Amino acid sequence: MPEFRNYHLNFGPQHPAAHGVLRMVLELDGEVVVGADPHIGMLHRGTEKLAEDKKWMQSLPYMDRLDYVSSMCNEHAYCLAIEKLLGIDVPIRARYIRVLFDEITRILNHLLWIGSHGLDVGAMSMVLYAFREREDLLDCYEAVSGTRVHAAYYRPGGVYRDLPDTMPKYAESKWKNAEKLDRLNAARSGSLLDFIDDFVARFPKRIDEYETLLTENRIWKQRLVNVGVVSRTRALQLGFSGPMLRASGVEWDLRKTQPYEVYDRLDFGVPVGSVGDCYDRYLVRVEEMRQSTRLVKQCVDWLRANPGPVASDDCKAVVPPRAEMKSTIEGMIRHFKLFSEGFFVPEGEVYSAIEHPKGEFGVYAVSDGANKPYRLKIRSPGFAHLAAIGEMTQGHMIADVVTIIGSLDIVFGEIDR
Amino acid sequence: MPKLAESLVQTLRDAFGERVSARVCLGEASIDVAVGDYLEVMERLRDAPDFRFEQLIDVCGIDYSAYGKTPWPGRRFAVVSHLLSISKNRRVRVRCFAPDDVFPSIPSVSSIWNSADWFEREAFDLFGIVFTGHANLRRILTDYGFDGHPLRKDFPVSGKVEVRYDAELARVVGDPVSIQPRVTTPRVFPE
Repeated sequence: MPEFRNYHLNFGPQHPAAHGVLRMVLELDGEVVVGADPHIGMLHRGTEKLAEDKKWMQSLPYMDRLDYVSSMCNEHAYCLAIEKLLGIDVPIRARYIRVLFDEITRILNHLLWIGSHGLDVGAMSMVLYAFREREDLLDCYEAVSGTRVHAAYYRPGGVYRDLPDTMPKYAESKWKNAEKLDRLNAARSGSLLDFIDDFVARFPKRIDEYETLLTENRIWKQRLVNVGVVSRTRALQLGFSGPMLRASGVEWDLRKTQPYEVYDRLDFGVPVGSVGDCYDRYLVRVEEMRQSTRLVKQCVDWLRANPGPVASDDCKAVVPPRAEMKSTIEGMIRHFKLFSEGFFVPEGEVYSAIEHPKGEFGVYAVSDGANKPYRLKIRSPGFAHLAAIGEMTQGHMIADVVTIIGSLDIVFGEIDR
Repeated sequence: MPKLAESLVQTLRDAFGERVSARVCLGEASIDVAVGDYLEVMERLRDAPDFRFEQLIDVCGIDYSAYGKTPWPGRRFAVVSHLLSISKNRRVRVRCFAPDDVFPSIPSVSSIWNSADWFEREAFDLFGIVFTGHANLRRILTDYGFDGHPLRKDFPVSGKVEVRYDAELARVVGDPVSIQPRVTTPRVFPE
């Protein structure tokens, strides 16, 4: 009898299904995975160290670059931490705007996830459909913040500016004739809220389309059902959160259980899985897109009816309006102070967590009273999820590893930080 | 939430007495534990019916050596854990100082909560805190063969080594950094 030995396979860091720069050393027995050891850190930029060296405000755009697929949610957790330390109140309209954009971000994130997960598993067309809708939502990002990915729109004390009255329109070009232009610009003639309203009206049908392609698809189910099962107790032990935890049957959503901003005034459901396999995680995320659409609709209706300020007028930490800075001496001094030495955050420590599209995203900030954070720890959901991959892939075929990585919904910006 | 935190702090005081110092900070319950009691307290926090902290959300290191305006009087390194109870909807923060500043070491909680595995590896990598009883304490975020612990306060922001490709040696080599560290805005305290 010849002697058989397990062999090691290097999966990544250059692999189309590795979702970025994941290197995994897989121990294989034939085609069956015996162990998986992820090597991470290839995207480590030292965000936490950099934050200690910068004023509180300067680190805000760095938050976008953590989970670059859902940038506004990262900013949100950071802003909540600073607001709690400073003890400043956020105007109600700013809270609604934040919830609106958190939910848009959730849809954006899940769309990217469903597209790339489909691509990994073999449903090539998903990514095209998902990116068609992402385009519209990224236009909303662009309309409020001027950028499509790294928004830097939230501020401690509110948001950067109010929602715009106009939407950017497509211009005529070699590829876009007048007829096509009319179709593309049809929903863009009104304000941003009109555009979002239009999107909310057509998006549920689009989700139905995705589901027609995937939910009952035999190949999709063969690849996902009973793959990477995580039981309820194991999910808790492994520090899972968000859709990963809910798919394993734990009814836990920070928007419901520890509501922040205005989630306690809004009506939405929390989908929960029963088996805890990749298919459940898929179903949970699809349903979350539907619930987020409902939330977006409620926010749009409220925002239409209730104008008001979108940033706190707290002199210590919030930049004054442009007109005030230009016309009054107090405004100018305040502006100068905030942009030279920054604001001082009282001594203390705070942990603020939000229901990020990927799970619980937390910011643990320690201040010693200076104008820079003393320590800023970012708790990213993907870090805990990826840590469990060795356990989840054990006993599965090598092709299932790709499915499981896809179902974790990981982005290396937040894992490596 | 602040009321919840107050009652939780009271329960913690009743349960552990003098062995922990519990306080409420900005509406969040927070306790300090000595190294000797650390594992026992953590295990009870998970299992005792009053607490039931099923999830370890986060573990991180802190280097206090540059804290505040005056020199820091206490021990240099601490490990801070955030626990979450799903069944009771509560959070608590547990801080434990390492007794030795030169060779900081703290017992590992990875057998109590498996999620601690990677979090502790990260704290070891970035701060050099050794978690005794951890089965697989390797570096996690920094490069293969990295020297030093980057989140310690005495580690420069620009790092110590810069890498480049050497055509003659046909491999990547490391040189001491050529960047001059500079401070754009000094760290200041309110007067």
